[in-house]
Amino acid sequence: MSKTIKLKKGLDIKLIGEADKVTVDAKPSKEIAIKPTDFPGLTPKVILKPGEKVKRGETLFFDKQNEKVRYVSPVSGTLKEIVRGAKRRILSVIVTLDGKDDVEQFEPVDPNSLSRDEVRELMLKSGHWPFIRQRPLDKVANPDITPKAIFISGFDSAPLAADLDYIARHQGEFFQKGIDALAKLTDGKVNLVLNKFYSPDEAIKSAKNCVINYIAGKHPAGNVGTQIHHFDPIDKGQFVFTVKVQDVIAIGKFFANGSFDSTRIVALTGSEAKNRKYYRTILGTDVSAIINDNLVQDNVRIISGNALTGENVGNDGHLGFYDTQITVLPEGNQYKFFLTEGWLGLGFDKFSSHRLFPTWLMQNKKYRLDTNLNGEERGFVVTGEMDKVMPFDILPMQLIKAIMVEDIEAMENLGIYEVAPEDFALCEYVCTSKVNIQEKIREGLEVIERETM
Amino acid sequence: MKFLKDIVENLDPKFEKGGKWEKFAPIYETLATFPFTPKHVTTKGAHIRDGVDLKRTMMTVIIALIPALLFGMYNTGHWHYELLAITNPAEYGTYIDFWTGFGDKLLFGFLKVLPLLIVSYGVGLGVEFIFAMIRGHALHEGFLVTGMLIPLIVPADVPLWMVGVAVAFAVLIGKEVFGGTGMNIVNIALTARAFLFFAYPTKMSGDKVWKSGTNDIIAANGGEIPDGVSGATPLGDLASFVGENPVVNGEDLKGLVGDHSALLDKFEAAYTPMDSFLGFIPGSIGETSMIAILIGAGILLFTGVGSWRIMFSFFLGGYLFGGLMNLIGVNAYMDLPPWYHLILGGFAFGAVFMATDPVTAAQTKWGKFWYGFLGGIFALVIRVLNPAYPEGVMLAILFMNVCAPLIDHYVVQVNIARRKKRFKTA
Repeated sequence: MSKTIKLKKGLDIKLIGEADKVTVDAKPSKEIAIKPTDFPGLTPKVILKPGEKVKRGETLFFDKQNEKVRYVSPVSGTLKEIVRGAKRRILSVIVTLDGKDDVEQFEPVDPNSLSRDEVRELMLKSGHWPFIRQRPLDKVANPDITPKAIFISGFDSAPLAADLDYIARHQGEFFQKGIDALAKLTDGKVNLVLNKFYSPDEAIKSAKNCVINYIAGKHPAGNVGTQIHHFDPIDKGQFVFTVKVQDVIAIGKFFANGSFDSTRIVALTGSEAKNRKYYRTILGTDVSAIINDNLVQDNVRIISGNALTGENVGNDGHLGFYDTQITVLPEGNQYKFFLTEGWLGLGFDKFSSHRLFPTWLMQNKKYRLDTNLNGEERGFVVTGEMDKVMPFDILPMQLIKAIMVEDIEAMENLGIYEVAPEDFALCEYVCTSKVNIQEKIREGLEVIERETM
Repeated sequence: MKFLKDIVENLDPKFEKGGKWEKFAPIYETLATFPFTPKHVTTKGAHIRDGVDLKRTMMTVIIALIPALLFGMYNTGHWHYELLAITNPAEYGTYIDFWTGFGDKLLFGFLKVLPLLIVSYGVGLGVEFIFAMIRGHALHEGFLVTGMLIPLIVPADVPLWMVGVAVAFAVLIGKEVFGGTGMNIVNIALTARAFLFFAYPTKMSGDKVWKSGTNDIIAANGGEIPDGVSGATPLGDLASFVGENPVVNGEDLKGLVGDHSALLDKFEAAYTPMDSFLGFIPGSIGETSMIAILIGAGILLFTGVGSWRIMFSFFLGGYLFGGLMNLIGVNAYMDLPPWYHLILGGFAFGAVFMATDPVTAAQTKWGKFWYGFLGGIFALVIRVLNPAYPEGVMLAILFMNVCAPLIDHYVVQVNIARRKKRFKTA
């Protein structure tokens, strides 16, 4: 029985720079990177040395804490470099493409004919497991767990997000295979959650072997965390797996073709990008393959992901593992005179959830927002602002304060098991005191993992 | 603005780490971030941020306070000339009318209030700067509002040095020891007011400070208060209704003890509801005019800076408890109509500007409602049932500040229980 939830809270940040629904081929990628930093809590053990050959689908590194979980190369090429940061932490593993296509080949198989263990083993061995994330903790799923449900969000409500329907078009067959495989992993149901106010593409709408639920409302309606909270909340000791639409398709393609599929469609968005389209490229590509010649100006920030939760990768960076979007925003590293564009200006150029700005007058205006903090970090003063954008029955300020003082019992009671940093991105956006809230949530999750799991 | 920007750009390196004047960076940052929103860009988390910041929020409160400040200045001038009109009718007789002598009254009030503002901001910012330098961060904006509030909640004739001591005490003990803006338990401005009230009771209560110049007139009259002059506030008079010596505006009403409605009629004649609403009554500088306060409330509510839950429930609590006391009615004060309470003294000012301080108020939705509601009740409890303190709003809000975390605790427990219940029924 499908259910519909209507959200009253939330916030759609209206930015300039949506991608046109045209798909073109990106420039050929020169190199790809798999970034351990995309996987919270991962300690990678790299098994190849720089200069060694690697096939598409061949293991680059595995997780030291759970050696079954392998991370594979999405391309055939040569291991170029292992980039390390402070304390020799591995930041990224870079592979240069060799122009060939040597593949680690598996037998194509119908997931419906396999047992749970067989599906799991196959996905682990082929490097598809990291596409599955788990709640609580918002990290790559622990393969030893059987989740009570699996959630797939059928749409992305983040600012300028790629249209997942558009990406999934004509791939219904693979999407279905992916769902079939995932359905094997849980005793419960695969939940596909769609936007109530939008008729999705046939490829997604016609999915079987899953429950389709509907949600209506502003961002973060498309966040899988919001959906889990409303359709099947997580209690202490329970687990839910989540997978993104494009990754479900990749899993489906693997079962259909027997090889690691690394093609990805990525939307180029943001006010400082031109030729804003959907680009066909590969997982982990150097972003220059997409942004090359497509920047309006130089003083920009290139974000893999959306403006709220993405990562600043710079001109030479690489696409994040789970990302389907690149956002290019103007950097805000200029002084702004307080009466014109600064803190006491009329503020027609600022998008604000507060009535202190005229945003509420212009419902349909789109904004060119830059990366300026628009203020300085302070102690929490204003109360109630976060509640307005938090469609969870969770008290955001209280949870954040519990995390700040590492009060584990309070964190548990206030809902730490249900949340991920991305669920608090809007709280961070609206915060008058400019506190980095997503970082705090991640710290809270780390404490919880260390102390209770 | 180009030249100003150039100055800031040129000065920047000198205050950076390793720069010549590194030590004074907090002061420099404070001064530079007023004319310019700084260059800081997001480094973690969301790449874009809401346009709002604490400076804009605090500035909105200051703007909301301006009507009360301007009216307070004029009102201070008026009551000064009212005294003169009585003692020197030949020269100032016509000034007894509220609007006669507009320029004189405004000028007098301006000159009376400005030094208070200067002392309040001067001392407060001085202490804040010292702590900013110790902690190595720019000045936090909290005091901008506090510095404005303090002059508005003191009597016109309070000695400046007392205000200075009170502000220093409030900022130091009320705020900085807890960690600065956002960390304090009780409202800073009210801490300063309470300090004045308890440290210098003879100066801060009674009937010699409310109308500017009362002491001079008494001295000129050989130590006696001249006939026909009263320095009392409406609340002071009301407090006298509880005892054996009821007074209204200096008039001895011993004969009316026990006759509640006669006493209240006298009171209503002296301080008509309209005068009380418009603010044509003596009192602390900024608290008298409902009109000015309502304009401020409108600004706070429209912008969402002030919590409507707190304001509404504060008035509601006061009104309902006033009604309850009408039912009991053992003395004339208890029989005062409940709406009258809301337009007298600091009730409205406290509800709009003091109780809504987000740092010291309850922080949850329902917590805010209970916090305001109980605050309104306690304000009247203290006013009416404890005539030693004619004005109960200050103490009521301070008390509720202390109780706010407890209220929030119970609201949070309800949330936790409801969240747990989802798993039991599911």
